[in-house]
Amino acid sequence: MTSREIAGKTIEFDEDGFLANPQDWDKDVAQELAHEVGIDELTASHWQVIEFSRSDFDERGEAPTLRRLKVAAGVPTKDLYELFPKKPAKKIAYVSGLGKPHGCI
Amino acid sequence: MKKLLILGAGTAGTMVANKMIHHLDLLEWDITIVDQDETHYYQPGFLFIPFGIYGPNDVIKPKRNYIPAGVNLIMSPIEQIEPEKNRVRLAKDSRYLEYDYLVIATGTRPVPEETPGLEGPGWGDTIHEFYTHSGAVTLAKRLRYWDGGRLVVNIMEMPFKCPVAPLEFVFLADWWFHEQGLRDKVDITFVTPLPGAFTKPRAGALLGDILERKNVHLVTDFYAEGVDQDAKVLRSYDENEVPYDMLVTIPVNMGAEMIAQSGLGDELNHVPVDKHTFVHADYDNIFALGDAAALPTSKAGSVAHFAVETWTENFLRYIDGLEMTHQFDGHANCYIESGFGKGILIDFNYDVEPLPGKFPLPGVGPFSLLQESEMNHWGKMMFRWMYWNILLKGKEMPITSQMSMAGKWN
Ligand SMILES: Cc1cc2nc3c(=O)[nH]c(=O)nc-3n(C[C@H](O)[C@H](O)[C@H](O)COP(=O)(O)OP(=O)(O)OC[C@H]3O[C@@H](n4cnc5c(N)ncnc54)[C@H](O)[C@@H]3O)c2cc1C
Repeated sequence: MTSREIAGKTIEFDEDGFLANPQDWDKDVAQELAHEVGIDELTASHWQVIEFSRSDFDERGEAPTLRRLKVAAGVPTKDLYELFPKKPAKKIAYVSGLGKPHGCI
Repeated sequence: MKKLLILGAGTAGTMVANKMIHHLDLLEWDITIVDQDETHYYQPGFLFIPFGIYGPNDVIKPKRNYIPAGVNLIMSPIEQIEPEKNRVRLAKDSRYLEYDYLVIATGTRPVPEETPGLEGPGWGDTIHEFYTHSGAVTLAKRLRYWDGGRLVVNIMEMPFKCPVAPLEFVFLADWWFHEQGLRDKVDITFVTPLPGAFTKPRAGALLGDILERKNVHLVTDFYAEGVDQDAKVLRSYDENEVPYDMLVTIPVNMGAEMIAQSGLGDELNHVPVDKHTFVHADYDNIFALGDAAALPTSKAGSVAHFAVETWTENFLRYIDGLEMTHQFDGHANCYIESGFGKGILIDFNYDVEPLPGKFPLPGVGPFSLLQESEMNHWGKMMFRWMYWNILLKGKEMPITSQMSMAGKWN
């Protein structure tokens, strides 16, 4: 557990480096977390993915996989790679303020 | 009469039938099990078929031999579950079966058509799979006459059953090509969507070292979009390519189509259930056991076994109106064949990753955890006998269903 200042708030991170408490998250935090993983500007398409991920997490207790984002949220996997380059599943969970996805444990 | 209906007479369903006939009074209970296939496949044996260690007939037995007298066995495809009406529709005679309690044990299966370009002219020739009996037998024939080139083994999607099987395939391929005097003509590459060789970090590190020692290339974080059969490359979503001469793939694994038809599954048709009690998220008289369940542990026969043991204790309380006090911990116990007559054993659960130690007797063994040994290889080979004679019949195994920390070190 470590804590860091993000968007003017002190926020705790778990041992995997992901947000420890999803409720510490807000849109400004997301913007700053996005910068850290090399995404300059969160567009409407980014927000669609982030918002789905957060509500899916509330319902199911884990960050969605890429397949779930494709099937349940209707976002093609190719687009996810463009929006969140290189490691989309991880980056989506990170920016959405959720724990590390199970698929990559 | 109360009705218990079991869907699927594979590893989990057969164990449930054998446990229930032992515990439930047939004057009060009607127990029925349905499956579409007369043959019970010992799926762990599929791994050995491509290398001629087992033949096609060494892994099959009639399902009927394993369903106890007193349990009704119906052979038919299952078409749909109607959870609001507590009934199931079968393909045969469009018949309906009613239930008070339903156990879904229809497993998971490889679905190659999910990946663009995978099926087509190269399927069964330059592209293979060993997760079905026919796929393993076809691959055995092809390997016998192959004169070498780039062998690529890849995993299309997580999760899939028996997460160690693709690695074991690679280890055995390395050994087998040595035996054939072909190893210097075969370039082996293991391609995975995971960041390492295996899902759990410590076991992943050990297995990664073994790959390196065996001169197998490891490509990680490769999420395959499709196969280009003309160019003979496997392509990822972020536009990386791995060229192959022979591709052995683990296709996307999905639960039965009828799960989707019934609106009971997730995006891979696996059924979301409580991870400790196996009760369905929306229906308290529906359970899912074995590979059919969406749980954060391995899809494996050993897990199904531990799950059925825990579930049995709970179910007997449940039908008497008591709380389910036994908690499944995700216990998995897998022998990993590592080639040249050796094996590795891993033992883990939802919370504790595989650790080194001795098993099942702390400090004694005879099996070594997270370490290669000849004894572990014999454990793997003995598993077939255990499977047919002890596991399926629901008899006691010398291993507790809850994972133990005794004899392990950090
Ligand atoms: C290559 C390979 C190697 C493996 N190695 C190991 C190992 O070393 N150790 C280990 O523990 N596990 C191993 N496994 C995994 C193990 O075989 C499975 O986890 C186990 O069989 C799961 O049991 P199950 O009852 O959930 O599913 P299954 O045994 O697959 O049974 C499902 C049953 O449901 C039936 N069914 C499905 N849909 C329908 C329908 N619509 N209508 C009617 N019937 C239907 C099927 O016919 C089948 O009989 C391996 C698997 C493979 C493929």
